[in-house]
Amino acid sequence: MADFSSIGAEGATFELFVEHGKVREFARATHATHESHFRGETQYPPATFLTTILFWQELVEGANPWSKVKLDAERGMHAEQEYVFYGPPPAAGTRLQCRSRIESVYQKEGRRGGKLMFAVMVTEFRDATGKLVAEARLTGVETEKPPTES
Amino acid sequence: MSVRFEDLDDSRLPPPRVVGPLTRTDFVRYQGASGDMNPIHHDEAFAKKAGYPAPLAVGMFQAGVLNAWATDWLGPDNVRRTRIRWKEQVWPGDVLTFTGKIAKKYEEDGVRKVDLELVCTRQTGGIAVQAWMTFVVPSR
Repeated sequence: MADFSSIGAEGATFELFVEHGKVREFARATHATHESHFRGETQYPPATFLTTILFWQELVEGANPWSKVKLDAERGMHAEQEYVFYGPPPAAGTRLQCRSRIESVYQKEGRRGGKLMFAVMVTEFRDATGKLVAEARLTGVETEKPPTES
Repeated sequence: MSVRFEDLDDSRLPPPRVVGPLTRTDFVRYQGASGDMNPIHHDEAFAKKAGYPAPLAVGMFQAGVLNAWATDWLGPDNVRRTRIRWKEQVWPGDVLTFTGKIAKKYEEDGVRKVDLELVCTRQTGGIAVQAWMTFVVPSR
């Protein structure tokens, strides 16, 4: 059962350094073959690369407000994910200042019956000048029973 | 050579990308790359205890491959938005097909853009992931 009082909770600011080797590793793991992931003056990451905040957020205490939502880990799943870029995605070598907040927590009736609990966390990514360069919107869902193969 | 706005046409899409049969190694490689080390994606005993027949794929893995189909075509520097929705789970042994089509070509604030609708389908025909992406596209 999710905790509605987590709405509006903000995490501490943390840094994400877009590393060249990590960009290459992530590109290989997702079968991305565009040459700009691997070489060239400006190495652009794959479109879903900012999911690697997982490595950085855990280094800063209180940076991840997601645990405050209290979705059940075994019945929790990723329902939707969005990334918006206000220009080319931040290239390798960029240091980003990131901050996450819980945007919403809500309940819906599932199509196959049962109640579904949704929660949305937004993470903002800013460059060295403080300009907003990207946003991530994670939607998690908690089902009443573990979802089985359909 | 990057794709030009004038050349964007459903008859000139890149071929679908087929990946699989997927192995636990595919999942683990993605987990190491992404930082999501949830054991449900590689630990057989843990996955079974949670009620799953096997370790299931990390949703962001198939979503990442789906996005890569589009960024390989239109350039990773040109992407401005991606929205991903998961529909069905993916398992070891699955063969996935990644493809997409043009939803809309338009000009906004003097910038030429294209919206794509992408889909990742399992060998059963079931839709595993959908995505909607927006790219800026250079003009001639």
